Amino acid sequence: MNWVVILKMVPDTVEELMVAEDGRSLDTQWLRMIVSEPDEHALEEAILLKERCGGTVTAITLEAPEVDEILYTALARGADRAVKISGEWTGLRSTATAQIFSTYIKDWLGQNLSETLVLTGSQAIDDLEGEMAPYLAHHLGTPYVGVVSGVRLEEGKVIIMKEFAGGLRGEFELSLPAVLGIQSAEKPPRYVPVAKVRSIMKSVKIDTVESSLPEIPASLSVEKMYKPEIAGRAEMLAGTPEEIAKRIVEILAERGLI
Amino acid sequence: MQGGILVLTEHLKGEITEITYEMLGIGRKMADFLKVPLYPVVLGRNVSHLTSHLGIADRIFLVENPALDMPSPNVVASILKNVVKEKQISLVTIGGTNLSMGIGPKLSAFTAFPFINFCKNITFADTSILFTSQLFGGKILTDTRLPNNRGIISILPGSFPANAGKVEGSASVERLEIPLGEPEVIFRKFIEPEAGDVDITRQGILVAVGRGIQNQENISLAEELAGILRGAVCASRPVVDQGWLPLTRQVGKSGMTVKPKLYLALGISGAPEHQEGMRNSQLIIAVNTDPKAPIFDIAHYGAAMDIFEVIPALIEEARKRKGAG
Repeated sequence: MNWVVILKMVPDTVEELMVAEDGRSLDTQWLRMIVSEPDEHALEEAILLKERCGGTVTAITLEAPEVDEILYTALARGADRAVKISGEWTGLRSTATAQIFSTYIKDWLGQNLSETLVLTGSQAIDDLEGEMAPYLAHHLGTPYVGVVSGVRLEEGKVIIMKEFAGGLRGEFELSLPAVLGIQSAEKPPRYVPVAKVRSIMKSVKIDTVESSLPEIPASLSVEKMYKPEIAGRAEMLAGTPEEIAKRIVEILAERGLI
Repeated sequence: MQGGILVLTEHLKGEITEITYEMLGIGRKMADFLKVPLYPVVLGRNVSHLTSHLGIADRIFLVENPALDMPSPNVVASILKNVVKEKQISLVTIGGTNLSMGIGPKLSAFTAFPFINFCKNITFADTSILFTSQLFGGKILTDTRLPNNRGIISILPGSFPANAGKVEGSASVERLEIPLGEPEVIFRKFIEPEAGDVDITRQGILVAVGRGIQNQENISLAEELAGILRGAVCASRPVVDQGWLPLTRQVGKSGMTVKPKLYLALGISGAPEHQEGMRNSQLIIAVNTDPKAPIFDIAHYGAAMDIFEVIPALIEEARKRKGAG
């Protein structure tokens, strides 16, 4: 089995995001990039599946600053192979990204796609054009399900749990090959010590492959990007923790909540 | 020429979901602005009864087929592709929900219509419509226009009033016969949320913890506070993903929607997916170290402070008050 994981970098929203001078994109100068959180879960789910069913885990990313570290960490966690697709990638959206990944996967696996399950995050915080996974499934010609929080193999079929709302979930059956959008892994993504990542860096190499920008027929053009105006802002309480606690309890008392 | 507006009627277990009415309300406005018809499309197995709630429509398209039991995004998108083509549709709206996720991109791939995700606001100017999307967990907005007002829009739940779309009575219904291919994803069964734990949707007071709670041990602090306030502890997604609290305590998109008398948000930044499940709480008080956290945009009261300073003080103050009362 090929467990293929696609990892994507997104801005860390813990840091303040600034709009660039063109007024239509993010100022990349101060951006701190991290792996999209659902993608971390996709990697964990793939490693859990490998531990249960065998096979190999391949983690793939597009070239980006500090992405090597992400790939070495994926290897340290249990991935068998790490692939970096190099090229000029700035401001790519889901449609273009999906084409680059599908081209690579088809070139790489060719006829062996039948034993392949692609796992990636269900969605990302910058998916203006929508999630990447269904576009990818479209290009690969495979079935797709998103918002997945449980995967198992049963007699050559993939059985998945999809989340709806209110804790309700549904069980679905797909055949291989398939693309899954993972919402959360069965266990939280595992931690690996830095020492293990360092030793992997010495023993395993990242495969770098070249690719070029695909032609996109219907790409969106953003007219304006800006920060939201703060509306209906909370009345902010100030003071020492004790003063704030006192004020909160007063507010509750006024409303008969305590 | 501008064609009609198609609204994908979302339904679960025989009932139309709220997002559908949100889309119909704003869909009506778009249709009137562009002077085109509004067409909800209902597709599923035994769904004809749903058309009686869609009185706002100019006409309803109905696709009924025993095979359409919880159809995959691919199946739904291939039906919509047919409707778009046959009925000269220019705009399609789809719910930004877990249920409908994946249909938009797939339809975009089928039709080459551009797709706009996370749409939170729609405004009208001259001859075109401006779509405002919320990106990066609500920290950034983008304005996008569609060439010739042609495209697919995914609407963020809770962005538009549902009441505007709720008109009883049926418009004329047109049954469409669309051949279905072999389904590549098979629905097996629903899995209901586990019972037995506290039902957070019935609690008057909720102490909610987010990523800021840092580890499982600290949950007991929130439990202690909830105990004094006679409420229960709930959480945002990251806490449940870590396994620190069960799924039954999760508030937000995949979890529960709650409307308690008090929602005390501790260490929760307030991502859109979380807000979806709690924004209608009667009183929201938020404590978070980041003064710019989006939770403060919907909270009534806020404090930009470390929760580990505020929680012990709150426990003490609440105890004092209880003792005095």
